[in-house]
Amino acid sequence: MVYIMPEIREKVNVCVIGAGHAGCEAALACARLGLETVIFTVSVDSIALMPCNPNIGGSSKGHLVREVDALGGEMGKNIDKTFIQSKMLNVSKGPAVHSLRAQADKSDYTRAMRSVLEHQDHLTIKQAEVCDILTENRKVVGIRTFTGAVYECQALIVCTGTYLNARCLCGEAITYTGPNGLQVATHLSDSLRSLGLKLRRFKTGTPARMSGDSIDYSKMEEQFGDDPIVPFSFSTDPTSIQKKQVSCWLTYTNEETHKIIRANLDRSPIYAGIIEGTGPRYCPSIEDKVVKFADKDRHQVFLEPEGIHTSEMYVGGMSSSLPEDVQLAMYRTVPGLEHCKIVRNAYAIEYDCIDPMELYATLETKKISGLFCAGQINGSSGYEEAAAQGIMAGINASQFCKGKEQIILDRSQAYIGVLIDDLVTKENFEPYRMMTSRAEYRLLLRQDNADLRLREIGYQVGLVSEEDYHHTLEKKKMIDDEVVRLKHVVIGASKDHQIFFDRHGSSQLKIGTSLAELMCRPELSYDILAELDPLRKPLPREVIDQVQIEIKYEGYLERQSRQVEQFKKMEKKKIPVNFDYDQVPSLRLEARQKLKKFQPVNIGQASRISGVSPADISVLLVYMETKQK
Amino acid sequence: MAYKTDTIATISTGLSDSGIGIVRVSGEDAITIVDRIFRSPKEGKSLAKVKGNTIHYGFIYDENKLIDEVMAVVLKAPRSYTTENTVEINCHGGVLMVQKILETVLKTGARMAEPGEFTKRAFLNGRIDLSRAEAVIDVIHSQNEYALRAGTNQLRGNLYEAVSQMRKKLIYEIAFIESAIDDPEHISLDGFYDRIIKIVTELIEEIEKMIQSADSGKLIKEGIRTVILGKPNVGKSSLMNLIVGSEKAIVTNVAGTTRDVLEENIRIHGLGLNIVDTAGIRNTEDVVEKIGVERALSCAESADLIVYVVDSSTELDANDFDIIDFIRDKKVIILLNKSDMKEITDENDLRSAIEGRFKNISSDDVVMIKTSAKDRTGLDEFETAVRNMFFQGKIPMDDEIVITNLRHKEALMDACDSLKLVLKAAREEMPEDFLSIDLMNAYSSLGYIIGEEVGDDLINEIFSKFCMGK
Repeated sequence: MVYIMPEIREKVNVCVIGAGHAGCEAALACARLGLETVIFTVSVDSIALMPCNPNIGGSSKGHLVREVDALGGEMGKNIDKTFIQSKMLNVSKGPAVHSLRAQADKSDYTRAMRSVLEHQDHLTIKQAEVCDILTENRKVVGIRTFTGAVYECQALIVCTGTYLNARCLCGEAITYTGPNGLQVATHLSDSLRSLGLKLRRFKTGTPARMSGDSIDYSKMEEQFGDDPIVPFSFSTDPTSIQKKQVSCWLTYTNEETHKIIRANLDRSPIYAGIIEGTGPRYCPSIEDKVVKFADKDRHQVFLEPEGIHTSEMYVGGMSSSLPEDVQLAMYRTVPGLEHCKIVRNAYAIEYDCIDPMELYATLETKKISGLFCAGQINGSSGYEEAAAQGIMAGINASQFCKGKEQIILDRSQAYIGVLIDDLVTKENFEPYRMMTSRAEYRLLLRQDNADLRLREIGYQVGLVSEEDYHHTLEKKKMIDDEVVRLKHVVIGASKDHQIFFDRHGSSQLKIGTSLAELMCRPELSYDILAELDPLRKPLPREVIDQVQIEIKYEGYLERQSRQVEQFKKMEKKKIPVNFDYDQVPSLRLEARQKLKKFQPVNIGQASRISGVSPADISVLLVYMETKQK
Repeated sequence: MAYKTDTIATISTGLSDSGIGIVRVSGEDAITIVDRIFRSPKEGKSLAKVKGNTIHYGFIYDENKLIDEVMAVVLKAPRSYTTENTVEINCHGGVLMVQKILETVLKTGARMAEPGEFTKRAFLNGRIDLSRAEAVIDVIHSQNEYALRAGTNQLRGNLYEAVSQMRKKLIYEIAFIESAIDDPEHISLDGFYDRIIKIVTELIEEIEKMIQSADSGKLIKEGIRTVILGKPNVGKSSLMNLIVGSEKAIVTNVAGTTRDVLEENIRIHGLGLNIVDTAGIRNTEDVVEKIGVERALSCAESADLIVYVVDSSTELDANDFDIIDFIRDKKVIILLNKSDMKEITDENDLRSAIEGRFKNISSDDVVMIKTSAKDRTGLDEFETAVRNMFFQGKIPMDDEIVITNLRHKEALMDACDSLKLVLKAAREEMPEDFLSIDLMNAYSSLGYIIGEEVGDDLINEIFSKFCMGK
């Protein structure tokens, strides 16, 4: 009698390929919304791995983490549990560009996220390489792993990061691995291609890691964390995270360093033309910096700890793909690194990603229904950018399974909206990094008000708890009430008051003036005005901060709000699916081609495509009007 | 952005010889805007209170300065062409008057209409029949194409360059701020306020000068494009000086003195002329002079009117015949100059020369005038000839040009306003990221003048000029 092993065949709602920062958020969102979810990874030990910089947040990326948190994501909570240093950047600049950045203990970060995944209901972790995406009638029906197991699903979220057909380059030495020597995913690219998706090749890089014991810190400047520490998550109690922090260290390259680099450029795979992928301009390798900014006689180098359980240090500012011997020589010219020992070499990594033009702003592919993509596979870079797309793909895959309307955050609602809109409407020729200057309404999209902007959406979707939502509503009410009160309490020009103004170097009053108007004076603040305002009730700091921003910058905020109104009008004008641009007379050829290629969903999006002029938009509006009648 | 619902205005009649000019204002605030600058002889009468479809006599004032006596037609939504509130200001014709009224309306809160915008609104508001949709699209397109062409081609060369330079400075400063925000540990903004105050103050000065030249119509080549053509030393530059009334062109008796192109804007009987003096046309081996000749011809190629100057004291030669060939299908006035000297070539010689070269062409249409730059004679006849040709419709003139000039001025004023906000914020030491908002607005307003959008300029500037990153 022949005994046939039954084929493994499981039925779930959602499959997530990849357990990096995008995959984790996507899988958690789906499972939390009650869908049976499996998350696949080539190595369970590399869940939420941070293969490059050992920090979360930073300018504009900190905004993304806050937004992910406000929507009910995990990244903010996870870094609050595992950070070893925290700093609010840009505090000397306007509130819109304040940004939180925390150094992580990398291994704790990974472990903590893995634990969250493991304890999440409806979520299964599976170590396997997914090789095939199974479809019927251009609709996802499941996946097949390398070992032949089949998982049937309604929706699939692909979050393969830098693993697809990856190869790492260190000078002449090329290895076919993912980041950090991990197993590469080789089959899925073909599967994506066979579904008609266009792939392209990007590259990025990482600097060396050094043994901390080999570094002479006395030659470097110490960089401390903040006191008090501000948490990332709106749900984290600030008092619970005040702790002893570790330092980072600053040093500089010099002419000697640059000489070595210049002398060995021909051995750099980028300059020798071995690398085919397009690299990002914003995090240039040290060889790029030396070549492109030849007039600079030194570049900053930050030594950042990889964790508290290891002495390994990340050499920020000196990523490279030069050969090992050149790396060692160049690092050793830097003050403090004269006797350094390299634990892991710097390398460049090349990988396959899709052209995000293949996606709707919901992150679902245009060609295959139920197939979503998130993270670096969409041509972005960065942990935070990945997490942001991950949670949106998770939310929309869930909405898809439940037959509910998909959710798109627009450019006036969130950096997440800017990020995804840029990815799907602009032609990006390099890995995309978030920057505050990409957000045209950034005064409104602050990291301090991400909860006020997005908690409600997270709550409607079902990712934010009743308690967190009510907290936000209460906060909002306190802010509104206090702003109104400050506008109505008038301070008279009495003698006592004039003394107060003299004392604070502020001009005396001629007539009665409201507290709100007084707060607009640069030299006065909410706290200073306490003396003139005996009736004020004690308010939480987060409320006071909001009140202060709303009043001090009212003029600017109003201007942006008006621009947002105009913007929303255009966003509301929907373009029907499969709209035939060939039927529109008088569209210029370039505009016609671009519109056909990008298939914008509304007029606003169409107007942002480069090569589409205002006149083309007018023509389109007029034509669409005819069709409606 | 193209789709807006604010109040727009433009000149809706031709700008040339008509006795009446109409400035049309449409949008929710059209009536209140015009009411602010309109004064009725009847005490206390306000356009805001009158009924729709009525016409009112009064005056347009720019603050306390009387501009013109007008009739204002008030049309209330939805009973107008655009179905919005509309006022049509009927004023006395003539380029200057109509332009002045439009400017006052713009200053009071309306925005310059985009090409075809009235028609577009009429359509989108359901006023125009669907069968005309295609025509509407064509109007938007042709007008837009035209404005683009006029917008950039008509710019004086140095203006394009000046605006580009200003934008370059602005984008660098914005990129500086943005780089420092994105990478605060690498790039510092210490001392930035002093720097930006200095730069912005200079830019404001420069823009204000440009706004003044916009007032005198010098931003763009306004008016009938007139080119003076002739072989060397026939007195072109002297005639140019006579017409313009200044000693601008260098006049010597050495043939080939004018090696490049000189131009001026003048007014003749209320008509604007952009008049260009060119190098003498002749076959030459001199490299520099050759370039001058080529420029002269390419200038003449796109001219509305050619003034061909002949030296009547000499015989026509091969160079003259070349010119006659060139002007074959153009609108031409021929000046027989040096009439103070002995006449060797006269009108009949020229007519037969023209008819001899082109069998089927009659020279009856060609106006010929005897002039003497030396005795200052023939100028009146020349002016009358220009005027007649224009009113007989023989010389075309594009109304859009005046509009373009206003558009540019509006953009310059916007840029100037934005920069003043930057200056104020910098003096108050507002955080730098607030400065970059208005710097960007100024950058985009200036871009409008030279037909360039913002796009990815900032990101590109950041990456190319500032070294950032891990």
